[in-house]
Amino acid sequence: MIEAVISQIRTTWHVLLHTFTKAETVQYPEEMPYLAPRYRGRIVLTRDPDGVERCVACNLCSVACPVDCIALQKTEDEEGRWYPEFFRINFSRCIMCGFCEEACPTYSIQLTPDFEMAEYDRQNMVYEKEHLLIDGQGKYPGYSFYRVAGKAIGGKDKGEAENENPPVDVHSLLP
Amino acid sequence: MSVPTQLLIIFGTLFGAIGGASVLIWFERRLLGVWQDRKGPNRVGPLGIGIVVADMIKMFAKEDWVPPFSDKFVFIFAPTAVMMAMLLGFAVVPFAPSIHVIDLNIALLFFLGMTSLAVYSVLLGGLASNNKYALLGGLRAAAQMVSYEVFMGLSLMGVVMMTGSFSLVDIVEAQEERGWFVISQFLGFFVFIVAGLAESHRLPFDLPEAEHELVAGFHTEYSGMKFGMFMVGEYLGVLLISGMIVTIFFGGWLGPAFLPPIVWFFLKSSAFICFFVLMRAAIPRPRYDQLMSLGWKIMLPLTLINLMVTGAVLLWM
Repeated sequence: MIEAVISQIRTTWHVLLHTFTKAETVQYPEEMPYLAPRYRGRIVLTRDPDGVERCVACNLCSVACPVDCIALQKTEDEEGRWYPEFFRINFSRCIMCGFCEEACPTYSIQLTPDFEMAEYDRQNMVYEKEHLLIDGQGKYPGYSFYRVAGKAIGGKDKGEAENENPPVDVHSLLP
Repeated sequence: MSVPTQLLIIFGTLFGAIGGASVLIWFERRLLGVWQDRKGPNRVGPLGIGIVVADMIKMFAKEDWVPPFSDKFVFIFAPTAVMMAMLLGFAVVPFAPSIHVIDLNIALLFFLGMTSLAVYSVLLGGLASNNKYALLGGLRAAAQMVSYEVFMGLSLMGVVMMTGSFSLVDIVEAQEERGWFVISQFLGFFVFIVAGLAESHRLPFDLPEAEHELVAGFHTEYSGMKFGMFMVGEYLGVLLISGMIVTIFFGGWLGPAFLPPIVWFFLKSSAFICFFVLMRAAIPRPRYDQLMSLGWKIMLPLTLINLMVTGAVLLWM
């Protein structure tokens, strides 16, 4: 009983001491909180150093997405590059989990430290490719999938990628 | 005293009390913010004091719904009862030597009677709502307030014995020579402050409304200004109990002469209002049976011991 009373008085005293501590509040619209570069916010599609979109329409992000908010359709240009015909993210469903970013083999889809996406109309929460695509390279500058991948496209044949040996001539016995 | 001054004091007390209670809406939130390391309301007006007006507009604009299953007359009467009882209680509070609405020779009993009448408000509100949560809240309120009233009254009897009067003005004047009663009647003060908390059903003794278990307790069915009356009534209770603690145990208007007596009264009262808010910020709500056993098994014996010791000392002196 006495212990309980002392405990209550101790609590009250400690709460009273908080008169002299500073408020933790961040006055949001006037005072922006610091968001780390790896903060998981609005999703963007990045471009490679040549300014071509990185996405190869492999659909891995769409498969990884736990809420099925990503929809895309693969198509191919005349050089043999794959790219999405449309790329659509429904942000009213998106839970900003970042699984799509982890699944992406080309560093194309990335999450950014921006969360101010409020809209009056729900339809406006559906972002098309033109809204998602940015001009920069995002968090991985200098990376270009087609430069390091073995796939032949126009202007780059098999064996011409970075760190790639010429293809082995299977008809020759020489080492 | 002339009639105009009398009227001025009456209306001053009335509007001062209601105004004080509404400012308390803002003050409490700010102070809770300070103690919980956040800002509290700070958007409307300087330091956010405009929230009082915003809150009032909100209350008046809300749908004032009387449930069709309720006992209509009692339902509407209940919130007014608490306001009436609490405001009548202010009539006997002496703010300064000659600033009081009336100096009754039974002022203390009048105050206790008025706080007892406030029980009816909570009880009838809970009963007339015809809702099980409200009924449970009203039930708890009735049991809690009736049992805490017993030793709330008894805790003051030591002071009455030492003063030899029920008049609050006499009690304050007696403290001029005897020193503040908080020293000689410390047990009485301790019990009174706990009982006062329970009587105004503020946290930590807000079991009648216990929002985590009873939705909102006795005022579950109330909305709009009817709910507002309950809220203002609660704040009026805080003001009244703070004023009474100061009057009875902390020498009322007495204080060094560099400030006028009324300022001393308000300064001391504000300290106790802060204390009420601190209790809300710090102490968790006890269980219902713990509350009752605290009342009957600890507080009541403490009061009786206080009463006996005071009586014995007075006889021996």
